[in-house]
Amino acid sequence: MASSRRLITGLCATVVAMFGFGFALVPLYQVFCDITGFNGNTSNIVQAQTQGSDGVDYSRLVTVEFVTYISKGMQWQLTPQVEQMQVHPGQMIDMEFIATNLSREDQVGQAVPSVSPGQGANYFNKTECFCFNQQPLKAGDSASLPLRFFVATDLPQGIQTLTLSYTLYELPAPEQKAKGV
Amino acid sequence: MSTDAAINTGVSDDAHEHHDHKPSGFFARWVLTTNHKDIGSLYLLFSFAMFLTGGAMAMVIRAELFQPGLQLVEPNFFNQMTTVHGLIMVFGAVMPAFVGLANWMIPVMIGAPDMALPRMNNWSFWILPFAFSLMLMTLFMEGGGPNFGWTFYAPLSTKYSPDSTAVFVFAVHLMGISSIMGAINVIVTIVNLRAPGMTMMKLPLFVWTWLITAFLLIAVMPVLAGAVTMVLTDKYFGTSFFDAAGGGDPVMFQHIFWFFGHPEVYIMILPSFGIISAIIPTFSRKPLFGYASMVYATASIAGLSFLVWAHHMFTTGMPVAAELFFMYCTMLISVPTGVKVFNWVATMWRGSLTFEVPMLFAIAFIVLFTIGGFSGLMLAITPVDFQYHDTYFVVAHFHYVLVSGAIFSIMAASYYWLPKWTGYMYDDYLAKWHFWCSLISVNILFFPMHFLGLAGMPRRIPDYALQFANVNAVVSIGGFAFGLSQLIFLVVVIKCMRGKGERASAKPWEGAEGLEWEMPSPAPYHTHTTPPEIK
Repeated sequence: MASSRRLITGLCATVVAMFGFGFALVPLYQVFCDITGFNGNTSNIVQAQTQGSDGVDYSRLVTVEFVTYISKGMQWQLTPQVEQMQVHPGQMIDMEFIATNLSREDQVGQAVPSVSPGQGANYFNKTECFCFNQQPLKAGDSASLPLRFFVATDLPQGIQTLTLSYTLYELPAPEQKAKGV
Repeated sequence: MSTDAAINTGVSDDAHEHHDHKPSGFFARWVLTTNHKDIGSLYLLFSFAMFLTGGAMAMVIRAELFQPGLQLVEPNFFNQMTTVHGLIMVFGAVMPAFVGLANWMIPVMIGAPDMALPRMNNWSFWILPFAFSLMLMTLFMEGGGPNFGWTFYAPLSTKYSPDSTAVFVFAVHLMGISSIMGAINVIVTIVNLRAPGMTMMKLPLFVWTWLITAFLLIAVMPVLAGAVTMVLTDKYFGTSFFDAAGGGDPVMFQHIFWFFGHPEVYIMILPSFGIISAIIPTFSRKPLFGYASMVYATASIAGLSFLVWAHHMFTTGMPVAAELFFMYCTMLISVPTGVKVFNWVATMWRGSLTFEVPMLFAIAFIVLFTIGGFSGLMLAITPVDFQYHDTYFVVAHFHYVLVSGAIFSIMAASYYWLPKWTGYMYDDYLAKWHFWCSLISVNILFFPMHFLGLAGMPRRIPDYALQFANVNAVVSIGGFAFGLSQLIFLVVVIKCMRGKGERASAKPWEGAEGLEWEMPSPAPYHTHTTPPEIK
């Protein structure tokens, strides 16, 4: 009976541990994607890198494309200044997106970036991005949203095109949130 | 041996009844029972009821797909049918049937008087009727039942799911708890209650496969519980596990789900391997070829099942390296599986074969399961999976391994052990009809689905393009025929239970081996009260 009890305790502990493991997969997956760039997760950590004339690889041109998606039911527009550009790896680029709230309500948006192909995601460094912050917009208003980025010089040779996509989501308005709780 | 004669002498039922100390009254006998045979019977009857319920839903699906266009049901109801059909067949029919077989046969096979934890055994069964009542209730709720597929991918199950999702989550929790308790019971029984001399490598293969299955259950059912809990909190409590707007990731749902889901697939097939490994030697009158290799093959299939989950997700945009890894691991599984198939064939080789109904189902299992294995191998090849993904080819594949695989093995087991359970032989004439009708109709039902899938018909849709019409009509006819054939099985089982038929001897199968054949038929209420002697 004693060995039975030990076995049962062990089995129950395994069950609890595996339940925990299911939840542990969430941060593990996040870390895994951040490190490897799987799933197009772009790293928010910019590696210190020399820029300027000596840091730029003028021998190479990479095409960077910008696409945007608006989540279902949200009446906003998000338009990149240009849809596509050629950049040298290491070159610091400033560009803008125009966001417009076409609905009749004041809303808060949050853009979530993703880079394709996933293998290139870690080489796409954003030093300034509207996706770092929430973006409130009054009904009918427009705002220009800045993006500053560079493509790392050690981008694998096989990658000639990087596509940066933003999906814009609506966040619950702050006062609604307070009411809801 | 003279055992058969000794058993069949005129010991009347009443004498048995008195000797067995069965509790009297329906409530005390069945609801409060802690007897492994009673609980096994309850599990088996419950799973058969669920099989017919899930089957009725499949009939709705096939009736709607008989013709292109929308005829009978709303698309939303169609989606509920595909979802609940899947959930019921996986968690309500196949898994409880195996647990029922485990309850009945494992203590008898290893020389134990009962399961190790009889009260928990009662509980783990009686949770199930409640869980499935909840699940079926959702179909009548406002907004309908679950309609997001049995895989409940987020955001279908979070953002776009009906209000009844909370009930679905609770039902899945209950099923998980039941399965985990059943698995703990099986492991403790096998590890601690073997008769003296019953060493691990003497265990019947059904016991071995169930031991490994139980470990799989314990490892992955809690992960499923975690996944449904995250769906619950995402939908109702404002968390963002799978919601990209809040920093979550819907693809992560698929990783978590299939980390459970792929071992789950083997949970539904490993006990089948054990059943077939019991039946094939009996009717070949030869010992099983390669016992040890069967044990190791089962264990390696179970181990590999944790390394292949992402082959369900080849089209989610994984890096090539990951796709190759999962592709090769998946293909590797065909090695131990092939070992098993060849061992069964080698067991039959030059055996004195007879073709009683359990053997017919077992041979059909080997052939049809192998077809399912081959289509699985095709699906494992990453570049072509992009064409097969989410088409009827996948539907054909998993129905070959689950219906003509798992379900056929359960039928085989039922025919094989029904004499032991009820004390009466099944009606051979009806059983043969059941077998041949099932065999022919199951192939009319599922084989053409391969071609539908290759031609591009997507799964989980209530309507389809005109060019698929003829094949779908044939498939539907096969479906109705298969559904009706199962009613023959119902009749056979009822006849056995009501004692209509030949009395079964202790060992109705000439070539059978194992402790279960050394006791009278029906097996007495209490068996192995003193440990049997193991040769």
